[in-house]
Amino acid sequence: MAGNTVTRAQLSEAVYQEVGLSRNESADLVESVLREIGESLVKGETVKISSFGSFYVREKGRRIGRNPKTGEEVPILPRRVLVFRPSHVLKDRINAETSQDRE
Amino acid sequence: MVKSELIMRLAEMNPHLYQRDIERIVSTIFEEISTALARGDRVELRGFGAFSVKQRAARVARNPRTGEAVRVTEKHVPFFKTGKELRQSLNEGPSGSPQNEAAAKA
Repeated sequence: MAGNTVTRAQLSEAVYQEVGLSRNESADLVESVLREIGESLVKGETVKISSFGSFYVREKGRRIGRNPKTGEEVPILPRRVLVFRPSHVLKDRINAETSQDRE
Repeated sequence: MVKSELIMRLAEMNPHLYQRDIERIVSTIFEEISTALARGDRVELRGFGAFSVKQRAARVARNPRTGEAVRVTEKHVPFFKTGKELRQSLNEGPSGSPQNEAAAKA
């Protein structure tokens, strides 16, 4: 496995290569996509991207946690967490290609 | 929101672009992320979150219907960790409250 990290820079570069907008505008569009997804989730909407996966917000209830260092009990208040559920297409792709790498 | 709605929203924000270009932009982004994960790379988008691939070891599982033991080979699964800013905005939104995040950190 390569173990590299892909960031916004590479996504913008790919958009730039693919669509022929300026580098700046490509970067702005990558940002807009992430912002739109984020805003939709903050509103509590589910975001489904076919053949990639879906993002949804889960409401977690109050529970009693423990400070692992001191052993002290602390209440964990209700909060909202984001869950990503990968699509089968993505899971299959990751298994097909990563296992080939090691053969 | 599904992909086509995302494309529509972006098209409204960018009236100077063709809708088919916006479609290509959105597809390119998810295609790049998928390809990176398939290579075993990590995708880190500060403020939004990070995608990575986790390895699941081979194990012996059981067919729940027959009770028969089955070998499951080693697998790789995509994983997403929410970014700090997005996690915070989720809890400052309409149904969350800002002090929750502070309490979760404490």
